[in-house]
Amino acid sequence: MSTALSKVFSEFEGKTEELIPVLQKVQEVNGFLAESSMTDIAKFLKVPLSKVYGAATFYAQFRFKPKGKNHIMLCRGTACHVKGAPRILEEIETQLGIKEGETSVDLEYSIESVACIGACSLAPCAMVNNKVEANLTPQKVEKIFSKAKK
Amino acid sequence: MDINQVIDNANVEWDKLIKSKIPTILVGNATCGRSAGSQEVIDTLKEETKKQGLNCNILETGCIGMCYLEPIVCIYKQGYPLTFYSNIGKQDAIDLVNSYLINDKNLDEKIIGVINNGVKSDLPDLYNIPVMKPQVRLVLQNCGIIDPTNLNHYLANKGYIGVQKILNYTPEQIIEEVKESGLRGRGGAGFPTWRKWTFCKEAKGDKKYLICNADEGDPGAFMNRSLLEGDPHSLLEGMIIAAYAIGADTGYVYCRAEYPLALVRLKLAIQQATEKNLIGDNILGSNFSFHIKIKEGAGAFVCGEETALIASIEGERGMPRPRPPFPAVSGLWKKPTIINNVDTLASVARIFQNDAKWFSQYGTEKSKGTKTFALVGKVKNTGLIEVPLGISLKEIIFDIGGGVPNGKKFKAVQTGGPSGGCVPAELLDIPVDYESLAKVGTIMGSGGLVVMDEDTCMVDVARYFLDFAQKESCGECAPCRLGTKQMLDILEDITSGKGQIEDIDLLERLGNGIKKGSLCGLGQTAPNPVLTTIRYFRNEYEDHILHKKCTSRVCKDLIYYDIIPEKCTGCHICFKSCPVKAISGDPKNTHFINQDLCIKCGICKDKCPTKFNAIEVYPGSKIMEGQDNE
Repeated sequence: MSTALSKVFSEFEGKTEELIPVLQKVQEVNGFLAESSMTDIAKFLKVPLSKVYGAATFYAQFRFKPKGKNHIMLCRGTACHVKGAPRILEEIETQLGIKEGETSVDLEYSIESVACIGACSLAPCAMVNNKVEANLTPQKVEKIFSKAKK
Repeated sequence: MDINQVIDNANVEWDKLIKSKIPTILVGNATCGRSAGSQEVIDTLKEETKKQGLNCNILETGCIGMCYLEPIVCIYKQGYPLTFYSNIGKQDAIDLVNSYLINDKNLDEKIIGVINNGVKSDLPDLYNIPVMKPQVRLVLQNCGIIDPTNLNHYLANKGYIGVQKILNYTPEQIIEEVKESGLRGRGGAGFPTWRKWTFCKEAKGDKKYLICNADEGDPGAFMNRSLLEGDPHSLLEGMIIAAYAIGADTGYVYCRAEYPLALVRLKLAIQQATEKNLIGDNILGSNFSFHIKIKEGAGAFVCGEETALIASIEGERGMPRPRPPFPAVSGLWKKPTIINNVDTLASVARIFQNDAKWFSQYGTEKSKGTKTFALVGKVKNTGLIEVPLGISLKEIIFDIGGGVPNGKKFKAVQTGGPSGGCVPAELLDIPVDYESLAKVGTIMGSGGLVVMDEDTCMVDVARYFLDFAQKESCGECAPCRLGTKQMLDILEDITSGKGQIEDIDLLERLGNGIKKGSLCGLGQTAPNPVLTTIRYFRNEYEDHILHKKCTSRVCKDLIYYDIIPEKCTGCHICFKSCPVKAISGDPKNTHFINQDLCIKCGICKDKCPTKFNAIEVYPGSKIMEGQDNE
């Protein structure tokens, strides 16, 4: 087990009910849930590995592949949808050359679409590295990611 | 320290702030303000006042609700009313310091309104401007006015008076007061709060739990986020009162992980309240102990459902459980559990800071009090509002919201998120209360109001919601798991031009079956967006199916792009930007779109300079229209 992981576990008591917080913390530290981390979590909480995967695959928050250094969460909420989020997603995909749910090979960028980030009055919007980018237009997207273009 | 002493100190601090000789500047720094640049405004204000040697208080507040005017700055200067400014950029911040604070010359064009604190002024009263006038702010009274990270600000504004009061009450007296207030659950169906509490209070159990559902999963709603960011103590006070009434000693706030700032503010608030013994063992010297923990949601819409939320706290997949037994009898770890929404609990705090009669003066006979809504979509004044129940949808959208922007025509308003329905223009006079909304096929829901205009395709909206419901269905029961998938397939056929006219009836039959057969609220309400759009916008479904056209020009397979020859100057920009080389034409000559190659990505229309505006989208397909002409 990595030292980072044992440090995470030391913050918990090892009760079954801590499964989701443990998964969240491990993902926060490692950026994603690796196969080995999943096995370690199962051992730590003394539950079958299937239970760990069962919970982790149920919730949208958990990912099993690393995310990019710059992580884009595009909001697909209702307000964003009627204000043109599908077109914004296309533009982000074009600019970065990857599709939704993918990470670029150089691990620089990843795109994810989420149900709603609760900034509906600023629709359409996206979160780039935890910062909300508001009232997006294809032009604005181009400006934000122009650096990414090779 | 004695609580009275704590409150006295808070009052002194607050008085000092609002009657201070040096200016006080408040900057709205919630999620909406931050994305509009409020942090930069704060930094600039600090820098500039320091540079000018001006002594002043600069504080961060939550969101006052007028998100379309962010960043919003509010300044109190001795001898002047409390003044609110909109759209403050870096230069405006510098100007506010130099011309207003130092030289008394106000930035008139930036003023939204003022709160007169005994100072005469010709400027408009903030609460009388069109967007504020129909509103009644009870739950949101502190948002945007106080510093949410300062407990003293909350205490000086009647904060925790409710808790002090109820410690002398019996639980029965509390429930009686809530009954008299007429408060109903603000999370969706509107179950009377007092009745729910009574079930739990009377249930047998050595331990009881109170859970606050802050898993605001409805896409298009952010009321809970704003309250948690702008006034977290209101929620805590409501929780303490509720816990005392039902006999719970442990409470959970189940909050979305997507709300990082709300979580930070909530954690701090719990810590502050614990330090002052408002939470913890023997609260304020009484026999009552209550502890609050935070559980971060992990992104599952179904966890807004009570039993699924409980499963999630227990560390399981968020799958709903059959009811009965209801959580009030057997909930978290099989103990009696009450789950209330953020808005409900904050309303409880207000009821006990004032009284039941005061609360019930607002609203209608059956729906008392106020409701917060997130007014968003195709509306001018987007933001967070609070209105007395019984107000009409028309007043909300046109008086408060200012109507639809860009001269477009209003089409529908969607209430209740994926569980609700779309209300058309002809029904806008209905009052907003639980019963009236149910009658037209929708629900109050947690409070999202998404306005749609003539450019919104109702079939696409129905498809969007079904796509959401189908992805979020936990898969436990067949009607929801398979039914939503079937409905989505049919809707995808219709929006891609492959629909059959019988599909409309089939959707209705399926929808009604799913509503009846599903285990939990998600499945029971998932067909609502489809059923209401068929009920009120059947013609749009028929247009898609029979005429193969999307009149709102949204569904890609049922529209086409074309260049208006008279407007095209041959600037060649569209030619260069088309990703599939579907555009032909030499520079300085009119360009054409090859409809067979066009993938309808819309890039050419975005790129065509606004001074030309030579590219237009039309419903249907070009070849068909040509045939019609023959």
